[in-house]
Amino acid sequence: MSDIQCVDLCRTFYQGDTAVTGLDHVSIDIKKGEFVCLVAPSGGGKTTLLNAIGGLDKPDAGEVWIAGKRIDNLGKSALAEMRLNNIGFVFQAYNLIPVLTARENIEFVMEVQGIPAADRHIRSAAILAEVGLEGLEDRRPAKMSGGQQQRVAVARAIVAEPEIVLADEPTANLDSSSAEQLMDLFVALNKKHNTTFVIATHDQRVMEYARRIVKMLDGRIDQDIPQVGR
Amino acid sequence: MKMIAIVSRLAWRNLWRNHRRTLIMLVTIAVGIWAMIFMTALMRGMVNEMVRDAVRVLPGHVQIHHPAYLDDPNIVNSIAAPDEKLLEVLNGPDIVAWTTRVRVPAVVSSARESRSVTFLGVDPATEAAVSFVAGDIVQGGFLENGDDDGIIVGRKLLETLETDMGKRVVIMTQDPDNEIADRGFRITGVFDANTDALEEGYVFTGVKAAQGFLGIPDRIHEVAIVGSDFRQIDGIYKAIADATGPDFSVLSWTELNRYLGTLLGVMDGFVLIWFVVVFLALSFGLVNTLVMAVFERVREIGLMLALGVKPMIILSQIIAESLWLLGIGALTGNLIAWLTIRPLREGIDLSSYADGMEMFGYSTTLYPEMTMGDVVTANLVVLSLGIIASLSPAIRASRYQPVEALTKV
Ligand SMILES: Nc1ncnc2c1ncn2[C@@H]1O[C@H](COP(=O)(O)OP(=O)(O)O)[C@@H](O)[C@H]1O
Ligand SMILES: [Mg+2]
Repeated sequence: MSDIQCVDLCRTFYQGDTAVTGLDHVSIDIKKGEFVCLVAPSGGGKTTLLNAIGGLDKPDAGEVWIAGKRIDNLGKSALAEMRLNNIGFVFQAYNLIPVLTARENIEFVMEVQGIPAADRHIRSAAILAEVGLEGLEDRRPAKMSGGQQQRVAVARAIVAEPEIVLADEPTANLDSSSAEQLMDLFVALNKKHNTTFVIATHDQRVMEYARRIVKMLDGRIDQDIPQVGR
Repeated sequence: MKMIAIVSRLAWRNLWRNHRRTLIMLVTIAVGIWAMIFMTALMRGMVNEMVRDAVRVLPGHVQIHHPAYLDDPNIVNSIAAPDEKLLEVLNGPDIVAWTTRVRVPAVVSSARESRSVTFLGVDPATEAAVSFVAGDIVQGGFLENGDDDGIIVGRKLLETLETDMGKRVVIMTQDPDNEIADRGFRITGVFDANTDALEEGYVFTGVKAAQGFLGIPDRIHEVAIVGSDFRQIDGIYKAIADATGPDFSVLSWTELNRYLGTLLGVMDGFVLIWFVVVFLALSFGLVNTLVMAVFERVREIGLMLALGVKPMIILSQIIAESLWLLGIGALTGNLIAWLTIRPLREGIDLSSYADGMEMFGYSTTLYPEMTMGDVVTANLVVLSLGIIASLSPAIRASRYQPVEALTKV
């Protein structure tokens, strides 16, 4: 069964009078439990595709199906609900709410979902250990390094055990060892919970972990290559 | 419901990201509320004191006359003393005091000067509870009883007539047959009043003495009645009107003193306008604070929306932020208002500025009156209008597109 299905997606941006192609007739099927890397040079359309899959942006044409439900025609509120319950996001740049501590950021999605405090604490404590942030739970983002912040973001994305994790260049600001730790964590979660991962990157270190690499160029899918992965 | 905790926590923390701005805003709201309550208390105190003084001058809360008397205060427009039915009402529990008076226009003359005055025959025993005169005697004493034929004059009149305590003055007026009636009265007391007009315009003698002098035994011109609260006279007014029937004219003080009656009536309106004006002044700061707060946080609002937080929650968070500000500011403002008004319970002595005030019938001591109603209204105005003013930045925030907001630099 396809977990994510994109059919003939098109998205054009307009900057003044000039049209910029974001997605150019993109079709892709991603099955439950896949570990996919979207690889493209900057401006290749990775973020645009992730946004379409995550229901953050509407394609101009084409269809997006998540877990068997069409989402590209949903209203704002239904989309929010879908994102909240089905997808874990790791964004490219801005990930954490500055006034909340690491623990509160991690619990944020669960709190919005309405999970009771006691359950949240148990789960966030476990995840904090898993991403190696014990002792930092009461720090606010401003008091953490870029790598630590990114791990908090990852922890938040996976703590509610979503079907799908969409990560946009998650290692962009990380040193090698942090990047490796993070990817190991993704792989572990992927194996443990059969969570589907779609990771946009142009980082060679990340691609080594992929079991499928989808290469994009100018908003089109150029190559779709199965990998050994790790 | 479950979102309230997280919404108010986020709102609270966001509030303290910019200490300075928040503190300035809190001070503004507190001062605004304080100004609303304090100024209103002064205004209320002033008007109430004016009314009390005015009521005490002569009219009481309700008066009964001959229907023609007010248009033509002629001696013939008199009434009989209260009958049994009326007495039952007058001596009832809702009425604090009442008195009957003979009241005619007259000319008072000394050896040197004369003035036109209102000549009143009063019963000193009951008059004392209704009007000020008995209590404000500065020379001699008040009338002994209704038969007392001494005359009480105001201090100013004494000066104008260039006469003195114990001297005689002549009262000249008309009897019921349109004949001139005149008689000499000895000055046995001098009263002091808030205004020169009062001190110069009224003279008092015993009611029986007046009736005898004018040849109208047992007739009176006015019954003045005092209830327990000048603001609530509808009850006694109705009871009295029912008891007297249509042959008498029954008037409340608000009708007798239209200026003050109207003033009291429109006070609530004034107060509300004042509240709204103060609110408008502080709403600029409030809206500006929220607009800035929303603008500075575009990206995290975008993040929250992207994570699946509903726009309504974003809206509530901004409103919650505004409520925190308004709530704390209002609480502080109320406290300051209470702290500043409480020490003034004993009244603010205005006697050093009072020369001008007395002329207008103001009392020289001002008692601020902080009423529960005004405090509640002030807070309601600030909170409800505050929420309305916050809606625009809140709605703007909730309408952000997550992707655009997230990538905003
Ligand atoms: N909001 C936008 N407005 C205008 N152009 C955009 C916008 N978002 C993306 N683009 C353009 O679409 C193309 C694909 O962008 P993006 O998906 O962000 O690429 P990537 O993530 O692979 O770097 C780029 O040329 C980019 O400039
Ligand atoms: Mg990108």
